[in-house]
Amino acid sequence: MERIPFLLPESAKKPAALFLGVVFGFLLQKGGVTRYETIVGQLVMVDFTVLKVMLSAVLTGMLGIQVLLQINLVTLHPRHGSFGSSVIGGLIFGLGFGLLGYCPGTAAGAAGQGSLDALFGGVGGMLLGTAFYSEIYHRIEPTVLRWGSFGDITLPELLRASRWKVVIAVAALLAAVLSAFSLTGL
Amino acid sequence: MDWLFMPRWPAIAVGVAIGLLECVTFLFLDKPIGCSAAFARTSGLIEKAIRGSAAAGKPYYRLFPPVIDWELVFVAGIPLGAFLSAVSSGTFRIEWVPSLWGTIFGPGILPRLSTALAGGFLVGLGARWAGGCTSGHGISGCLQLAVSSWLASAAFFTGGILAATLLFSLAGG
Repeated sequence: MERIPFLLPESAKKPAALFLGVVFGFLLQKGGVTRYETIVGQLVMVDFTVLKVMLSAVLTGMLGIQVLLQINLVTLHPRHGSFGSSVIGGLIFGLGFGLLGYCPGTAAGAAGQGSLDALFGGVGGMLLGTAFYSEIYHRIEPTVLRWGSFGDITLPELLRASRWKVVIAVAALLAAVLSAFSLTGL
Repeated sequence: MDWLFMPRWPAIAVGVAIGLLECVTFLFLDKPIGCSAAFARTSGLIEKAIRGSAAAGKPYYRLFPPVIDWELVFVAGIPLGAFLSAVSSGTFRIEWVPSLWGTIFGPGILPRLSTALAGGFLVGLGARWAGGCTSGHGISGCLQLAVSSWLASAAFFTGGILAATLLFSLAGG
């Protein structure tokens, strides 16, 4: 296990996380993505704010993390996946996302701006959904979650290419999509 | 400092700031930003409070113990930050039915609340099933180039486009 030079001591993690959470919530609300209209507008393809926020966050974070990785200041934490987990779970999430009009982070933010449908329907429903998952976990873990398992591989490993090459290619692709949004006035 | 009080910031500026926030989180907390695990821990904490320590024996809670960790504190900070943002621009308002929903499905609270509850249930279930949400997979995982995250994110939007399009075409909207 490599040592992370700037890793905070255990006692400082929660205060730091509270501050980062406040900044994240502030940004989500200023970006308009805590509004039901913005998220549903994205899902019916009339408002591209959600994709603009997400793709520019991925672009910036990907380049930043790649540089920090190069100078050994961070470690990666890619998650395990399988078709049964990522695709089936992702589709269940997506159907709920379209009905609710918020995701977990933006529902928490929407509650803070006074949207009570996000608080009582969204947060309440999510707590019930995660509780239900904890009930069925022991049944789906040995079965569905293992279908088509591919572990925690990353795109560079999948493509057998250097990490820098893939980062630059994905960055170029994301920059092209973001420029296309601005050129077409979306 | 006028920009601090504006109701909306450009989407790209917000995205860049979130990307930098990810870098800070990796640097100081050695973990990416994620939101949905906190909901699983919270429902675990509620179950533990109701059923006692018997609940702690569930296999899923051995993986995600029902404790208040820093990720839960992070998610608790989100409504606070959004509240400050909304108040700073005068856009804070108590609202049961979003205006878009109201114009299409009417002002009744019950239809909106029941749809949100059903949607929230699927969001919570699907996020834990897929091992992350639009933050943990959609931003944090994709920026690490994790295959699981790109696949899950494609599924999030496929399902979302399908559900939203069906819902609004049902209403003829």
